[in-house]
Amino acid sequence: METIKRITRDDMADVALGGAFLGTGGGGDPYIGRLMAEQAIDANGSVQVLDVEDLADDALIVPVAMMGAPTVMLEKLPRGDEAINALRSLEAVLGKKADAIFCIEAGGLNSTIPIAVAATAGLPIVDGDGMGRAFPELQMVSMTMFDIHACPMAMADEKGNAIALNTVDNLSTEKFARVITVEMGGAGLIALYPMTGAQAKQAILRGSLSLIANIGRIIGSEQAANRNPADKLAADLKGMRLFEGRVTDVDRRTEGGFARGRATIEGLESYQGQKMFLNFQNEFLLAEDEHGRPRAITPDLICLLDLETGQPITTETMGYGFRVIVFGLPCDPKWRTKHGLELVGPSYFGYEAQYKPIEILNLQN
Amino acid sequence: MFRIGVDVGGTNTDAVVMQGDKILSGVKSPTTEDVMSGVVDAVERALADSGTDKAKVTAVMIGTTHFTNAVVERKHLARTGAVRLCLPAAQCLPPMVDWPNDIRDAVGNHFWMAKGGYEFDGREISALDMEELNRIAVQIRDEGIDTVAITSVFSPVSDKMEREAMEQLAKTLPDVDFTLSSEIGRLGILERENAAIMNASLRALSERTVGAFGRALTKVGLTCPYYITQNDGTLMSRDFVQSYPVLTFASGPTNSMRGAAFLSGKLDAIVVDVGGTTTDVGALVKGFPRPASTTVDVGGVRTNFRMPDVFAIGLGGGTIVEGTGETLTVGPRSVGYKLTTDALIFGGSTLTTSDIAVGLGLADFGDKSAIADLKDDHLQAVRARVNEMLTNAVERMRVSPDPIPVLAVGGGSILVPDHVGDLPVIRPEHFSVANAVGAAIGQISGEVDRIFSLDGKTREEALAEARTEATNKAIAAGAKPESIELLDQEDVPLAYLPGNATRIRLKVVGDMNG
Repeated sequence: METIKRITRDDMADVALGGAFLGTGGGGDPYIGRLMAEQAIDANGSVQVLDVEDLADDALIVPVAMMGAPTVMLEKLPRGDEAINALRSLEAVLGKKADAIFCIEAGGLNSTIPIAVAATAGLPIVDGDGMGRAFPELQMVSMTMFDIHACPMAMADEKGNAIALNTVDNLSTEKFARVITVEMGGAGLIALYPMTGAQAKQAILRGSLSLIANIGRIIGSEQAANRNPADKLAADLKGMRLFEGRVTDVDRRTEGGFARGRATIEGLESYQGQKMFLNFQNEFLLAEDEHGRPRAITPDLICLLDLETGQPITTETMGYGFRVIVFGLPCDPKWRTKHGLELVGPSYFGYEAQYKPIEILNLQN
Repeated sequence: MFRIGVDVGGTNTDAVVMQGDKILSGVKSPTTEDVMSGVVDAVERALADSGTDKAKVTAVMIGTTHFTNAVVERKHLARTGAVRLCLPAAQCLPPMVDWPNDIRDAVGNHFWMAKGGYEFDGREISALDMEELNRIAVQIRDEGIDTVAITSVFSPVSDKMEREAMEQLAKTLPDVDFTLSSEIGRLGILERENAAIMNASLRALSERTVGAFGRALTKVGLTCPYYITQNDGTLMSRDFVQSYPVLTFASGPTNSMRGAAFLSGKLDAIVVDVGGTTTDVGALVKGFPRPASTTVDVGGVRTNFRMPDVFAIGLGGGTIVEGTGETLTVGPRSVGYKLTTDALIFGGSTLTTSDIAVGLGLADFGDKSAIADLKDDHLQAVRARVNEMLTNAVERMRVSPDPIPVLAVGGGSILVPDHVGDLPVIRPEHFSVANAVGAAIGQISGEVDRIFSLDGKTREEALAEARTEATNKAIAAGAKPESIELLDQEDVPLAYLPGNATRIRLKVVGDMNG
């Protein structure tokens, strides 16, 4: 896989496309983040991408992100300086300037917003992330498994409010911060998990920006060759087509600071007569067949792709009549450990299904 | 039961007379600058050719690419004011931020961001500031702008602020046309705002064009109702299209694809519709236009309409050819309806693709002597360029390596070679009037868009209730009950209203009786 060393304006289309794919339906439409990053790169120049090994052990690394319901960001666009305000507020609390920016998740808006922030702040960005995909809650990062604290954390909104949090653990950070995002209108920009270079080398998932850019390039070049990118993505990423069909219902609501719901897909072609149900909380978390048997379970990745073009589809834009491929992908092995499954497994989200790896669930007879 | 389908393109106006599934006649006539006389001519000739008594015609369906062409060519677009109610949010990406420069210039790039807008749950981001709106109104008046698009954050959840802002602006701007984004689009502010701004910029053209349709049919002596086709192949009334021309954007490709499927009997194909000004390339999947799954660019502007996935290029029978060798350009400008006066073969002085087609012997019309001094290598160079443009467009829409046929339809399809890349080309009977056929088989829809309370009923029951309501509307409007299908549904829970309220938008379609 090609390693990305610098992100220019021309890379943003690939990054947005790859980010939409790894967003597993959530993380927001990266298009808006792409426009913001393009503006920031136009104004400040391209962004250097660092391997985590190139960081000094005492360097300060700060992830920035959007927290909230992706549906909100589709409508209430940012004022523009919220993320920088969050970063500056956190630096004020720490009494120290950040040396590098980091992506908390490798998906959706949160794979593009940090690039905008890095360009604006004139800082490099680290090639990695905390999830290897997107997850809905902020304690759901590899840093939690390595006892790195989310706090101090700063949150900012478009009205100029900036709030610093200090909580006892990362789940508490999520609970308090979520309430604040609802008050902020369903979404806020955040800076959190301040960590040293030494901590980052141990805790982060590496190479995520390169992976995103590569996935974006694969989707783009397969589309240009009139092939559905699903097959090449399956081969290159050890993923699989789980289902093909037409969306016949989307039951979606914005509650508790999340976009929650369930989509019904009725089979087409060789899946005629079958159904699949996708449960989501910002991201797709559980895919079940019409008998209630799970076909893919969080933390494995469930992506929705356009049936003809392979374009990734987010939960908030998915609508009646869309013709789709449900695509599954194994998650990073860190998530399949006991600690990982406690953080992001099905029981955390209230699903009865017991986690089984997607490869096992879909073994051919 | 007889009905007439009309397609008003940039170059030609086509008309067909149909009796049930039978096509009795089909004619082409040049589109005229006043639109009206071209429609009169086409309809009168189609009626005469078929020997149909006009008193027996029960409906006229009109499809037009007029408004799409205006956007693609950046012509006839009115200078438009874009007002976004959002502050202090949403400043980072102002209205028209991702538009191509030329269309932004064509509508004047006049925008204002003002206090207002809602949160997802109906709370106000900030209250409307009437003084601020008054100041904006004065600036709009001073700019001489007479059409305005108003977009508020989360207006699909509540359109109240858009309405109030319109009322306030109208106090200073009594003669201005207003387009409210909540009446046009769905969630997704950039795309909805884009559609609203384009709609506003087309209002004056829409009034002229729709007025001309009505006058034309009166002149022919047709007293039956007439409809205009919209994006999804369904029909809308004149008043509606006058206010919402943007909803016709993809009707041309939808009509040509539905027409091509009907005429050829092919279920899976790439449809290449070459008109006078543009070529639309789309895909038929199991007999239906393949819908775009997410966003659709119209003239380079992102929208989120439910439209067929179509790739349009500026190539048609009236496309202007300029330069030679390295400087050769084919389009995107077109002589449009002036083809029969401006093209060389018709005594004009502009070299068009029609001149080239005649020069290559692909077609035989006009005065061949006018192009006698066109050199063969120039003709071949233009042919190669046209083939390259078509091949690229077809490849772009092709999503499988299967050798499915290319259906060439539309008046300009003489420009399409016998193979596009490795795909065979089929020209169905009546290929040149496929759009008018598509319009004639336009479907009747029934729509519901209102707030339902989920107190004492489930979401599923509310959706079923909405569907019954929409179905009854479609039947009342003349749809065959057994043909009715669900086309689109969306529900947006409204957390700010008591009683567990949800806004349901639902649309069903069916074939027209007769």
